[in-house]
Amino acid sequence: MIDLLGYGAFFLSTALIFGLITLGLNLQWGLTGLFNVGIAGFVAIGAYTSAILTTPEAVDRVGGFGWPIAAGWGAAMILAAAAAAFTGYATLRLRSDYLAITTFGVAVVVQLVALNAQGLTGGPFGVAFIPRPFAGVQDQPVLFNFANLGVILVVTLVTYLALEHLSRSPWGRVLRALREDERAAVSLGKNARSYRIQAFAVGGAVMGLAGAVQAHFIGFIAPDGYLPTLTFQVWAMLVVGGSGSNRGALLGAVVVWAIWVGSGALAAAVVPPDWQARAASLQIVAIGVMLCLILLWRPQGFFSARRRLK
Amino acid sequence: MTLQFLLDGLIAGSMIGLGAIGVTLTYSILRFSNFAHGDFMAWGAYAALAVVGVLGGSTPMGPLSFGLPLLLAMVAAMGLTALLALALDALLFARLRARGQSIIVVMASFGASMALRSLLEFLFTSQPTYFSRAIQMAQPVGFGMRITADQGALLILTLVLVTGMHLFVQRSRRGREMRAYSQNPALAQVVGIDVAAVVRATWVIGAALACASGVMVGVLVQIRPLMGLDLLLPIFAAAILGGIGSVPGAVLGGLIIGLSEAAAVQFVGAEWRAAVAFVILMAVLLVRPMGLFGVAER
Amino acid sequence: MSILQVRELVAGYEPGLSIVKGASIYAAEAEIVVILGPNGAGKSSLIKAIAGLVTITGGQVLLDGVDITKVPAHLKIRAGLAFVPQTDNIFPLMTVAENLAVAAGILPRAQTAARIDEVFVSFPDLARQRALMAGSLSGGQRQMLAVARALIVRPRVLMLDEPSAGLSPKLVEQVFAQLCDIRQAGLTIVLVEQNARAALAIGDRAYVLVEGREAHEGPARTLWNDPILADLYLGQRRHAS
Repeated sequence: MIDLLGYGAFFLSTALIFGLITLGLNLQWGLTGLFNVGIAGFVAIGAYTSAILTTPEAVDRVGGFGWPIAAGWGAAMILAAAAAAFTGYATLRLRSDYLAITTFGVAVVVQLVALNAQGLTGGPFGVAFIPRPFAGVQDQPVLFNFANLGVILVVTLVTYLALEHLSRSPWGRVLRALREDERAAVSLGKNARSYRIQAFAVGGAVMGLAGAVQAHFIGFIAPDGYLPTLTFQVWAMLVVGGSGSNRGALLGAVVVWAIWVGSGALAAAVVPPDWQARAASLQIVAIGVMLCLILLWRPQGFFSARRRLK
Repeated sequence: MTLQFLLDGLIAGSMIGLGAIGVTLTYSILRFSNFAHGDFMAWGAYAALAVVGVLGGSTPMGPLSFGLPLLLAMVAAMGLTALLALALDALLFARLRARGQSIIVVMASFGASMALRSLLEFLFTSQPTYFSRAIQMAQPVGFGMRITADQGALLILTLVLVTGMHLFVQRSRRGREMRAYSQNPALAQVVGIDVAAVVRATWVIGAALACASGVMVGVLVQIRPLMGLDLLLPIFAAAILGGIGSVPGAVLGGLIIGLSEAAAVQFVGAEWRAAVAFVILMAVLLVRPMGLFGVAER
Repeated sequence: MSILQVRELVAGYEPGLSIVKGASIYAAEAEIVVILGPNGAGKSSLIKAIAGLVTITGGQVLLDGVDITKVPAHLKIRAGLAFVPQTDNIFPLMTVAENLAVAAGILPRAQTAARIDEVFVSFPDLARQRALMAGSLSGGQRQMLAVARALIVRPRVLMLDEPSAGLSPKLVEQVFAQLCDIRQAGLTIVLVEQNARAALAIGDRAYVLVEGREAHEGPARTLWNDPILADLYLGQRRHAS
C-alpha cells in the first residue's frame, strides 16, 4: 500500500512536470497562437543550465559552481527565455510556419550540443549528481517521493496562478486579440511583434523551469531525455486538454501521461520481450493518430472550461 | 587538404534538394510546411526495399551495387509513396485545410509524421538495413576526389529528375496551372483551373521525389526509420534558402547546404554536421527571409 | 431571351451575414448591362457570387436556361461565364503569353495556339509585350491583359468588376471602346462600375443596387440625367416607386 502511494506520488510528480511544460506551451499556443515544435529543446536548456550550475565538480566537464537550487532554477528560466526570445525575434515578422521550423531546428541543435559538447554537458553520459531538494530524506523513498511531489505541486500551483493572472491582465487581453484578428496585429505593427516575443519568451521560461525541476527531481539528465517524442507528448497533452485553457493544460497532461504509462505497463505485461521495442513504437503511433483525430473531431479538447468556436 | 568534400557535398546536396522540391511545392501551393515530408522519404525507401524483395533481389549491374530491379522498385515505390501522400491529404490535411487555419494543418503534419515514423519502427524495428551489402570501390576522378559507381549513377539520376521537374513546371499545362494557382488561388479558379487536380499533382510530385531521395540515401548510406527526420531540417532550410515556391531555388539551396555540411565535416568535425543547416536557416531568416529566388509575401 | 438570369440571389462571405439580399437581374444577348450603386451596396459581391467566388445561400443563376448556381467556380468558365476581377486579375510572375496560355488551357489542345494568336491580333499592344512579366505591366495594360485572358475561351457572358478603377480617363475610354467592340461581336457584358458616367455612356440597360437588392432598372442612356440616380446614391429613396 505504501509502495502504491509512493508510486502514485512519483507518477503525479512526473505528470505535473509535464503539466508545467504544457502550461508554458499553452501560453505560446493557446493564448498567442505560436506553434512551437522544439519544446524539448527549451526544456533541455533549462535542465542543463540548472544542472551545470548546481552540480559539484566533475572530470572533463565544467562544474563546481555550487549554486543553490533555486538560483539554478532562476538561471534556467532566464536562459530558456533568452533562447525563446531570440527565436521569436528572428521569425515572428514572417509566416507562422517559419517559427515552427526554427523551433524544430533549435531542438535539433540543443540535442546536438548536449550530445557533443562533452566539456559543457557531459556528452552522451549526461550530468549526474544533480542536487535534490530534501536530499536529506533520500533514503526513505516514500517520504522522499512525497516531499518532491510537494515541491512540484507548489511550483506548478504558483506558475498556474501566475499564468492565469497574466492571461486575465491587459497584457493577456492584447495577446488574445492579436491571436483572433490578424489584421489588428498588422495595424499594431512592431508592437504586436514585441508582445508575441514576450509571450513566447515567458512560455519558454516556464518550459525551462520545468526542465530544471525535473532535473533536480530525477538527479540525472542525458541527451536522450529530450527527444522529439517529448515535444510530441506535450502537444498531445495540450490538444487533449484544450488549448487556451491552463486548467485544460494540466488536466490534459495528467490524462495523457496516465494513458502513456498505462499503455506502457500493459505492453510490458502482455507483449513478449523481443517485441517490447516495437510495442513502444506502436504507443507513439496510437498517440499520433489520437492527436490527428482530436484535431479533426474535437479541436477544442476535452477539459477546457470555455467553449471555443475554433 | 582534398577536395573530396566537394563531391560529398554534391551528393548530400542532391538528396536534400530532391526532398526540398517537394517541400517548396507543398508550401507554395497548399500553403503549409509539411513536417511529414521526411517520412515520405523513409516510407519510399522501405517501399522500394519491399518491392525489391518481392522481385527476388537485385543482382548488380556492372560496377553498380544494384540492378534493374531496384530501379523498377523505385518507380513502383514512387507510386506507392504518392498514394500514401494522397491518402494522408484526403483523410487529414484536406479536411483541416477547409477549416482555414493553416497552422493547424502543420500541427497535424507533425502528428502524422510521428505516427508514420513510429509505424515504420514498429514494422521494421529501428535497426538500419540496406539494399545491398556489396562494398563499392571508389574510383579517382582527379583533384584528389574519389567517387563510387553508385554515387555517379545517382547523381545522374538526380540531374534527370530535377531537369524533368523543371521542364514540367515551366512547360507543361499542369505545371503552368500549378504556378498560376500558387500566385493567385482565386483567379486560378476563375480562369478554369481545377484546383483538386493541382493539389493532387503537388502531392504526387512531392512524394515521388521524396521517395527517390529516400532510395538514394538507402543505396548510398542506409535505410532506417529515422532517416527522414534527420534530413527534415536541411530540407526545410534548403527550401527557405532557395526561396519558397522556387524549384530551382530548392535544388540550389540543397546543393549549398550539402556542400556546407560536407565542408563542416571535413574541417570542423562530423558530429556538428546537423548544426550547419540550422546556422544557414537562421542566417537566411535574419538577413533575407525571402531566400535566393523567392518573392516578398503577397 | 435573356442569356444570364439571376433570381433572388442571396450571398455573403460568412454564414448568416448576407451582403447580396435577394437581387434579381438579367442580361440579354449582345447587350451591355451596367450595375451601379453606392459603396457597400453589394455590387462586387453580386458578380463575385455569380462567378462562384462568394458563397450563394439562396436564389438561382441561370446561364442560357441552365441552372449553374451550384456549379464550382472553375467550371463556370467552361459553361461560358467569364469574370474579370477588379484587383489581382493577372498572374504577375508569368509572362503575358503564359497568362493567356494558362487561360486557354481549358480549350482543346489543337486550338490553343491559334486562339492565342487571334487574341494577340485583337490586342496588338499585348502582342508586343508577350514575353514581359505580367507584373511589370502598367495599370492599363494589365486591364487589357485581364480582359484578353477572359475572352480567349470565347465566353457567352463577360462580367467585369470596376474595370475603370485606377485608370486615367484616356485609358478608361480605351477600355470601354474595347468593350463596345466585344459587344458588337455578339457577347453579353455585365459591368459593375463606380464611374457611372462612362459606364452609362456605353451601356444598354442599367441596374442600381442598394443594400444588396436591385432598387431601379432602366435604359442606360436616360439614367444619367434621371434624378432617381442621385436619390438612390444619396439614400433619399430606397426604391423607385
